[in-house]
Amino acid sequence: MPEAAGRLHFARELGLTRILGLAAITTAFGLSIYGLIAAVLGARLQRANLVRSARAAAYANAGLLAAANVAMIYALVTHDFSVGYVAQVGSRASPLWVTIVSLWSALEGSILFWGLVLSAYTAVATWLTRDRLGAMGTYATATMLAVSAFFYLLLVGPANPFGRVFPVPIDGPGPNPLLQNHILMAVHPPLLYLGYVGMTVPFAFAIGAMLAGRLDDVWIRETRRWTVTAWMFLSLAIMAGMWWSYEVLGWGGYWAWDPVENASFMPWLTATAFLHSVMVQERRGMLRMWNLTLITSTFLLTILGTFLTRSGVISSVHAFSEGPIGIYFLVFISIILLVSLVLLTGRSSELKSEARIDAPMSRETVFLLNNLVFTVFTFTVLLGTLFPLVAEAVRGVKVSVGAPFFNRMTVPLCAMLLFLVGVGPVLPWRAADMQQLKKKLVVPGAAFLIAAVLGFAAGARNAYALLAFGFAAFALVCNLEEYVIGVRARRRAHGESLLSATGRLFAANNRRYGGYLAHIGLIMVAVGITASSTFRHEREATLTPGETFQSGKYTIRFEELWARDEPQRFSVGAEVSVFIRDRQVGTLHPKLNYYRGRDEPVPTPAVRSRLDRDLYLNLLAFQRDGSNATFTILVEPMVFWIWAGGFVVALGALLGVLPMRRRATINPMRKPAAEPAGV
Amino acid sequence: MNWKRSLSGIGVALPIIALLGYGLTLDPRSLPNALPGSPAPEFALAVMDVPSDTVRLRDHAGQVLVLNFWASWCLECRHEHRILSETAEAYAGKDVVFYGVLYNDSPDNARSWIQEMGGQSYSNLLDNGTRMAIDYGLTGVPETVIISPEGQVVHKQIGVVTEALLRTKLDSLLAVRTAPQ
Amino acid sequence: MIALLLTLALALQQPNMDATLELRTREVAAQLRCPVCQGVSLEDSPSTLAQEMKSVVREQLRAGKSEEEVKQYFVQKYGEWILLEPEPTGFNLAVYVLPVVLLLGGGVTVFVLARKWSRQGAGAEPPPWYDDEYEEASP
Repeated sequence: MPEAAGRLHFARELGLTRILGLAAITTAFGLSIYGLIAAVLGARLQRANLVRSARAAAYANAGLLAAANVAMIYALVTHDFSVGYVAQVGSRASPLWVTIVSLWSALEGSILFWGLVLSAYTAVATWLTRDRLGAMGTYATATMLAVSAFFYLLLVGPANPFGRVFPVPIDGPGPNPLLQNHILMAVHPPLLYLGYVGMTVPFAFAIGAMLAGRLDDVWIRETRRWTVTAWMFLSLAIMAGMWWSYEVLGWGGYWAWDPVENASFMPWLTATAFLHSVMVQERRGMLRMWNLTLITSTFLLTILGTFLTRSGVISSVHAFSEGPIGIYFLVFISIILLVSLVLLTGRSSELKSEARIDAPMSRETVFLLNNLVFTVFTFTVLLGTLFPLVAEAVRGVKVSVGAPFFNRMTVPLCAMLLFLVGVGPVLPWRAADMQQLKKKLVVPGAAFLIAAVLGFAAGARNAYALLAFGFAAFALVCNLEEYVIGVRARRRAHGESLLSATGRLFAANNRRYGGYLAHIGLIMVAVGITASSTFRHEREATLTPGETFQSGKYTIRFEELWARDEPQRFSVGAEVSVFIRDRQVGTLHPKLNYYRGRDEPVPTPAVRSRLDRDLYLNLLAFQRDGSNATFTILVEPMVFWIWAGGFVVALGALLGVLPMRRRATINPMRKPAAEPAGV
Repeated sequence: MNWKRSLSGIGVALPIIALLGYGLTLDPRSLPNALPGSPAPEFALAVMDVPSDTVRLRDHAGQVLVLNFWASWCLECRHEHRILSETAEAYAGKDVVFYGVLYNDSPDNARSWIQEMGGQSYSNLLDNGTRMAIDYGLTGVPETVIISPEGQVVHKQIGVVTEALLRTKLDSLLAVRTAPQ
Repeated sequence: MIALLLTLALALQQPNMDATLELRTREVAAQLRCPVCQGVSLEDSPSTLAQEMKSVVREQLRAGKSEEEVKQYFVQKYGEWILLEPEPTGFNLAVYVLPVVLLLGGGVTVFVLARKWSRQGAGAEPPPWYDDEYEEASP
């Protein structure tokens, strides 16, 4: 349709996309400032129309950011190199999915996408709680608008993706090659932002609660689903990041304790602690200040993480770019830190609750321990990540704090957590009957011993690996026991079939059993990580065509070298046949990709993933005439369980937030039933 | 709302902010430079194009030695090539010796590169296995090491050298040499 | 659970074939940082410089140097930064000690608090609006 194309061309000539985008973000910035002021004034002066207009601003911003993002995607897809961001990451040679995904591949686009997610969360959270929560809700909206204002300010200022490029280049360099190698790149950042940004909502309501003086549990109840949903996305994002590193980086690992990995992990740790300690607050009215501190820390850690990776304070694999944006973030973090701390400490006397628990041996205590371990874990990771900075400030010397440190310090904590994951579900609320407890722990205890012995028999000699296997089995049995008990009770009471009993069990107590499912997922991840690192078998070999190499049960044969020229890169690959006991089971193609303008090639390892182990081949080097090639041959057991476990965790969280029809509603006259004595 | 208590909150926040602010002043990509101030490590490398010839550090005792690590695939090396060649010529008679040390590259590539760049006024050494480079704490190319006549490393430049830097360092080293005893 | 254990057992039928020198080289290489990468060890880095440095490690170990001496060689050439874990001396001790202090101190705090709170008598009834969620499945 030449006419339409002509009109589009005309639009592009005028730079309409740019203008639309700029207008959208600038308006959004203005509206967010307005909304923030209107909300605060409306709450203080009790002016409903001001509050309503603040809400309207939030809704409008969602639309504006959507428009800006659509405009950017349009500019990317049509290769409009007059737009600054497109000139930075666009390329005619990139496949379509890479072009769309490059929206979040560099700083400016990622902030634009962040703005979209934030505006959407703000709008939905405001809509769902409108007129229900009084001043607290209004202050929450104000907080979300304040955070939005910061990000829109970045978009209008130092991270403006809609800058003008003149003269207009014909082509662009494309996004970072590391980001073009795998489809998971399309998935990891959106998940991460949905998780990160999602934490803004419970934080906003916590601030709202403190500002409004509503220091009871209402803010927790209102935001529970938001927190669990954000946590679910964050868990999936970390999983996707690990999977992507594994498939792309070539060293067969999935976690390097790189600062940006730590940046995503720390809020996850505090959020997980929070998910547990709020249960203590709900049941006991205790730990109110602690919970407010936890959610504030979670939010702060998300911003700190973003700051660390975008400001050049710490060097990292992920570091986007440096520049004035660091100062903006620092000021923003300072404001949040000060406001939160002032509110928390100022309200501390009002937040003191009558702390009472029935007995030390109870789920309450386990949750306290859970929080302790998670706090120490977060502190350790934060300290390790920031220590190079501290050491340079104090000693003037550059030091590195890398994987060996983090592994050494956190592995014992992980073992403790695995133990708690088992003990928590087993211990009832309030007080445990010691006889019942001992009975319940027999089978798990046996599982612990069996697993540890099996691990030892298989060759594990590391004490922590054995403990991990043991506690994992212990925890698995404990959590499964809860299902068994619950299903049995239902069947006895209602005579339901096994399937129906399980389904109804979930439906009636989705929060609890969803949580146990998440536990099981976590155990799968722990076992996968322990097994793949303990029993990992790595060799390096230089092979000539036709030569074979044996590693464990696999024999590989290097067939030949091939080369492929693609628009954005030149790839050299090896064809390798895989045999198990003389029977060919597949072919793998590890390759090296040479991107234009980069010195070192980017490897694409070839992975054959099975339930029990992965065969991982990486092409290290080759002779140009194809006479030989050097490979890393890696056999890692149970890697699949890490990814599968991650999905199970997310499934558990999802089940926990689904709205279920309650079988019974609130009955204030009813005495809470004691925990049944087990079956 | 207890305002006095909230002051303690501010007391916690300030050191953290100060630390992060300090971090902003640093360059995360800067690499540590441990070699200057220590004696230059001994080496024995073959000369490119004259394989029978070996150059050792001690052959140049009493002379200022400039070692430039480079490769033909190194983009930044192109920027400093002219500076190095011209400075080498300018200081030719003054007991200042320049060598290029090839890093992770083949002599054929090196020769084509030199030809493409219009020649080089000093010879190149081949560092097979990168042992000598590692001994000199190499973190990449280009890097330039300046060694005093007494065999001390006085400067290690990570990245391209400027003419001003080279001349200043060389002049100060030569001035020390010719100072009255 | 049995399936998981069986899978685990199936996965673990590999004899450990590494020679001692190779093992020691890997261990030292895993503690040294690759200078041209971001935070990756010599062991994990595919870059040429890292591979060459790993060969240097192997040669020195074969020549009889101890692991500590090899690491010190690299510290001399590249600075403390080449070690992936800070040397536990002086100020660096803070990064090792503080988490342990926090864990122990926190543990004591939890212990003390749990006892103090449980001595204060039976806990509060859950508030009336509270969901039934934590009740058992039986009616």
